[in-house]
Amino acid sequence: MSVIYILLSISVVVATFFLIVFIVSVKKGQYDDTYTPSVRMLFEDELKEEQENQNNQ
Amino acid sequence: MEERSCFHCGDPVGKHPIHYDEKDFCCHGCKTVYQLFTENDLSCYYDLTRSPGAIPKELEGKYDFLSNEAIIEKLLEFDDGTTQVTSLYIPHIHCSSCIWVLENLQKLNAGIVASQVNFPKKTVRVTFKEKETSLKDLAVLLSRIGYEPYISLEDHNTANNTVDRSMVYKLGVAGFAFGNVMLLSFPEYFQTEGFWLDQYKTFFRWLMFCFSLPVVFYTGSSYFISAYKGIRSGFLNIDVPIALGILTLFLRSSYDIIFDLGSGFFDSLTGLVFFLLLGKFFQQQTYSFLSFERDYRSYFPIAITRLKKNGTEENIPVNEIEKGDLLLVRNEELIPVDGILIRGNAHIDYSFVTGEAVPIQKKSGDKVFAGGKQLSGSIELEAIRSVEQSYLTQLWSNDIFNKDKEHRFQTLTDAISKRFTIAVLAIAVISTSFWLYQDPSKALNVFTAVLIIACPCAIALSAPFTLGNLLRIFGKKKCYLKNTQVIERLAKIDTAIFDKTGTLTTHRRSNVDYHGITLQKLEEKLLKSALRSSNHPLSRSLYQVIPSESTIPLDIFEEYPGEGIAASYQDTKIKIGAASFAGGLGPKYGQTSVHIKINDTYKGYFLFTNEYRPNTRKLFQSLAKMASLGILSGDNEGEKGFLTRWLPAGVSMRFDQRPDDKLNYIKTLQEQGKTVLMVGDGLNDAGALAQSDVGISIAEDVNVFSPACDGIIDASMFEHIKDLIRLSKKGVSIIKVSFLLSLVYNITGLYFAVTGQLLPVIAAILMPLSSISIVVFTTVTTNWAARKFGEISMKTDKSHMQSNKPPIHLKPDPVKA
Repeated sequence: MSVIYILLSISVVVATFFLIVFIVSVKKGQYDDTYTPSVRMLFEDELKEEQENQNNQ
Repeated sequence: MEERSCFHCGDPVGKHPIHYDEKDFCCHGCKTVYQLFTENDLSCYYDLTRSPGAIPKELEGKYDFLSNEAIIEKLLEFDDGTTQVTSLYIPHIHCSSCIWVLENLQKLNAGIVASQVNFPKKTVRVTFKEKETSLKDLAVLLSRIGYEPYISLEDHNTANNTVDRSMVYKLGVAGFAFGNVMLLSFPEYFQTEGFWLDQYKTFFRWLMFCFSLPVVFYTGSSYFISAYKGIRSGFLNIDVPIALGILTLFLRSSYDIIFDLGSGFFDSLTGLVFFLLLGKFFQQQTYSFLSFERDYRSYFPIAITRLKKNGTEENIPVNEIEKGDLLLVRNEELIPVDGILIRGNAHIDYSFVTGEAVPIQKKSGDKVFAGGKQLSGSIELEAIRSVEQSYLTQLWSNDIFNKDKEHRFQTLTDAISKRFTIAVLAIAVISTSFWLYQDPSKALNVFTAVLIIACPCAIALSAPFTLGNLLRIFGKKKCYLKNTQVIERLAKIDTAIFDKTGTLTTHRRSNVDYHGITLQKLEEKLLKSALRSSNHPLSRSLYQVIPSESTIPLDIFEEYPGEGIAASYQDTKIKIGAASFAGGLGPKYGQTSVHIKINDTYKGYFLFTNEYRPNTRKLFQSLAKMASLGILSGDNEGEKGFLTRWLPAGVSMRFDQRPDDKLNYIKTLQEQGKTVLMVGDGLNDAGALAQSDVGISIAEDVNVFSPACDGIIDASMFEHIKDLIRLSKKGVSIIKVSFLLSLVYNITGLYFAVTGQLLPVIAAILMPLSSISIVVFTTVTTNWAARKFGEISMKTDKSHMQSNKPPIHLKPDPVKA
């Protein structure tokens, strides 16, 4: 069998996999709030800093 | 001189700040929250944003209804007997500090397991252990730290509705298929024969066929359904030619590959559907933190305290209130039904209903109407109607609230699609019959080619992209419109009607003028000192405006509820209060005044009047050029003379209008063939807002409350209503131009189709080219047309300049959200 069939089927499978992953993540509500996580991400650092400061003291 | 502001809430601290921990606070409430946060290792709250807090409200007994099992059940999202989950809407959420502190609630209450903020929606989802804490404790805790949850009857009825995400799925599927089909089509674009191509093209074609299946039958299904519905109701909407195009593309392509006639048009097919969905998606601009559908139910409390015959209290849902029930309304609570005041000192703030800035005083035995907020202490009242039958709420029994405005209006796209569809079908039939006569083998080919190339992709994209972009531009400037159709309706406005109180006037501030004999220095001091000791809302606002610097100790101070206050210092006696109390002659009926009498001499009175928004006159002058104007007010004619002089000539004015009078007046105008814009603010305008072609609500704070309407505009944008209309008109012109542009593409394509030389590659080039150029054209022109929108307000918006809050670090942009 020609290699093109194998390559094409692999690419289709990979593409379909990502489509399914996308749909599942939308379904779980991961895209419902795209703002808060961007702020929350910054807190982690500030909290750690605070703890470090306390440790230093 | 810069005034110091409260470390917690940012309000000016005034002359007597509370010092604690080397910081200034405006009140004990703010100080207590600060203490609570520092003691619980939450001081980071103040590091993220400066003065992020809100003054906690007095709340004794306020959340008692949250012990009612039936109500708890409605509010909980999840309950397994030990762990409970609930989502609460908190209007105060506005910055990163809010997110931080609300996600660290477990530090304040050990019963809370986790909490997560959804910033755009301004909600917090809390998971807590039922054994250790309760929903009521949670609500009380949130209120204590200044994050008062907003719990209403309306909101939790819809809380469990699942979000419709099918649009995103469809877009995902269409994009996936489009990308893959394009990839598979490429070999045949550049080469028509050859060993390699001949060997694999069948495989490639059938693979494309497989990819197109979900696009036609899943993603495109909404077009078929919509087209079918349109035809059945005798109306050729834009989805008819689209559905026809999709169907023809699919059948023709399948036919081509089955009989090995060509590679088919799968690339155009998937691309078409993908671009169309993209347009639809762009058109959907939702403001998740706003609701355009609210009626009185979302404003009224869930439960109220009923006093039983034996004197005990019980919490009952408001819709169970019966005529004759004795109800207890606490400080800051809403009066849910019309009733007779039995006991207590009633100062009722009707600003949400009428927009009136000054609270109204009632004596026992007076009738009080539903919708007001009690401001001083608890009162008892006897219900004389049920909630649905109250003066205000019976407005919602009008039919207009069940009608959908969207169906009463024909959009520009709908208007053009009928002619377009007929024209396309005519061209298809004529060219087919020509080819049947000339060369029958080509006839079918030409027929399908015409339907394919005439598929109005670009036309269908013009309106969504133009209006969607305008909607976003408006949103950035705090003009939140419900959907794109509102813009089209705004463009047709020829009459604009305004509510007076709360719309033309602001309910943030009121003017206080003194009429009478000038007061001596000592008298002024005495007046100020006496007012300082009083908790009456009028005393408090008067206290702010009396210029006297210092206060003096009072020898005697007495407050007579419902009448006024009497005080004395050495041998000077003062009486402050109602006309009857201080012995003065009142000003005209319906105006709020405070009278002063010193040592048996009547001195004069302070008159409270509503302050008009500064740009009202300017707005009316410029609007008069494009629409006929009118004022509909629920107040008496007191200010008619002033308004006639102040506003341009030709403004019709109607006073003493009940809520349903307003509705009927708008209806009469519409029957005369007018297209009416109604601008209002309170619940009493709800009927007129629903009846009008475009109902816009003015809000001092868009998060608090607005009645059901088509658009909510921040009060600072009030003077830009005319720009809103002007820009909407421009938007409609842009759509018309882009219709012409897309017709040019269609005609070019039709040339190839009619002459029988439409190759898949031409279709595949024309289709995306037309779509993308339309998108670029509409986006660029709308941005250009709107480049000056809302700019003037940036310069003259004084409240913005005077804001005590310093630039805020990490402050999220609410518009982005």
